[in-house]
Amino acid sequence: MKRRLVSILTYTFLTVTAVFSVFPLLWMAISATNTSQVVLSGSLVPGTHLYDNYLALLQNQPVWRAMGNSFTYSIGQTLLAMVICSLAGYGFEVFHTRNKDRLMSLLLMAMMVPLAATMVPLFQMMGKMGLLNTAIGFVLPSVSTPFLIMMFRQSARSFPHDIIEAARIDGLNELQIFFRMFFPTMRATYAAALTIVFMNAWNNYLWPKVIMQTNDSMTMPMLTANLMSGYVVDYGMLMLAVLLSTLPTVIIFFLLQKSFTEGIAGAIKG
Amino acid sequence: MNRVETSRKTHTGRKLTLYQKQNLVGWAFLIPATLLIIWMCFYPMLRALLLSFQSGTGARMSFAGLKNYAYLLKDGIFIQTLKNNFIYLIIQVPIMLVLALALAALLNNPHLRLRGLYRTAIFLPCATSLVSVSLIFRAMFAVGGFVNITLMKLGLIQTDINWINGSGETARALIIIALIWRWTGYNMVFYLSGLQSIDSTLYEAAYIDGANRFQQFRRITVPLLKPTILLTAILSTNGTLQLFDESYNLTRGGPSNLSMTMSHYIYRMSFETVPKFGYAAAMSYVIFILVAILALLQMKVGDKR
Repeated sequence: MKRRLVSILTYTFLTVTAVFSVFPLLWMAISATNTSQVVLSGSLVPGTHLYDNYLALLQNQPVWRAMGNSFTYSIGQTLLAMVICSLAGYGFEVFHTRNKDRLMSLLLMAMMVPLAATMVPLFQMMGKMGLLNTAIGFVLPSVSTPFLIMMFRQSARSFPHDIIEAARIDGLNELQIFFRMFFPTMRATYAAALTIVFMNAWNNYLWPKVIMQTNDSMTMPMLTANLMSGYVVDYGMLMLAVLLSTLPTVIIFFLLQKSFTEGIAGAIKG
Repeated sequence: MNRVETSRKTHTGRKLTLYQKQNLVGWAFLIPATLLIIWMCFYPMLRALLLSFQSGTGARMSFAGLKNYAYLLKDGIFIQTLKNNFIYLIIQVPIMLVLALALAALLNNPHLRLRGLYRTAIFLPCATSLVSVSLIFRAMFAVGGFVNITLMKLGLIQTDINWINGSGETARALIIIALIWRWTGYNMVFYLSGLQSIDSTLYEAAYIDGANRFQQFRRITVPLLKPTILLTAILSTNGTLQLFDESYNLTRGGPSNLSMTMSHYIYRMSFETVPKFGYAAAMSYVIFILVAILALLQMKVGDKR
């Protein structure tokens, strides 16, 4: 009897939590198909105004431009971060010496540095280098992160040293070993890194807000936030913009959910 | 390794030993990442420190000593934002972590039905950007909006609550709700990974010894998950002290700065008014020092228990 009660309570708690977790996203998607008035009336019925909202959004903001920018910046950041951080993680683990370990602990301190502190100097540096409103400016500060280096270092730990030795004897140089042996074996870690970096880059808001000062260089989160700033807010149109800006990360989430959780598991081990 | 080294040395006197060569190759692997972190993080951090001792606007800056730091103590808005950050930290982080831990413990049960579905659903908010979260919650909690209508239908309130601009309490509560919604699943995933490395025979032994589910949770799960709990606590503390998107988009810091975060105020001081870079840098150092102190404190406490 008692066990039954516990089980009922468990399922109720989990179901309620799951519903609360999904509901705001569902509400957002439904609202994207309704007029602003209907959205505000609290309706939960999908409407027929999706296309009208889309046309209004097109007229109001350069959505596809922002979408393209967000993709360019995010893909660029993801590829560069994966290469640079995996090289470093591999280097720290496979060639580790006391000095390299010391350097790693020093780099970890970068995790504590708030963007609010570096944002003004970085903004000035980017200005001097002529990198305002550019993809390079977006990408540079977040290509190399201690978290990602640590993740790759953890996974390099499980990479058998015998393989490296054997490859050396076969005459492969260190870069060849890295790209031909390590890279293909560590697909799961790379997939996890891809999800983490892409989502961070796509969702980044403060930094692009600092350096992207033209309409042509704007990102999707910036564009959606702008829609809220008028006196009269068209909620249907706004929710459509939110939907569009959420779709890519949700798709990646569903495709790579497993490797994402595995990546986190790998990063917290040891 | 030693033997290889000596044989190489005798063979070619001036060439690098194998060990030295590998050491250099190793440095080559990590130099791009290291230089980028120094250039894009440590160096700006140093520049911010220098800035924090200067005052003036734009290009005309002059040395001001500790004036900026002294002014912090007199700046009512800054003190308010500091308070706000601590309210978010003290209320939101514990609720979220306990909730995430409870959910992970429940979902770790292999006999649970629909386990994958629950996990995916609870984890899903992580795929939403903080700006999107802010805008969705702002729309849902609008005056006359969905949440107010639903609460009225349920008879829980009589009139609309002005969540966003009504009072500091409601605005801060709204931010806390949004944060819990967005991050609980994320932390749950950390705990689920941690739980998988706990040997299940421990639970069987405890069950045979007559320990109930709650006792098992307290005596086995929590102590063994300690490193993970510590990690999530540090990450969330760090994140909470740096909050920007929610304050900026969900409540706009309002009403009258009662829900504004430090980062939001720094942004305003740097880019939305006549730029006071020096003062903003001083404020940002307060965040940095708080993050560092709290991380060290948590590591100390975590070590003792």
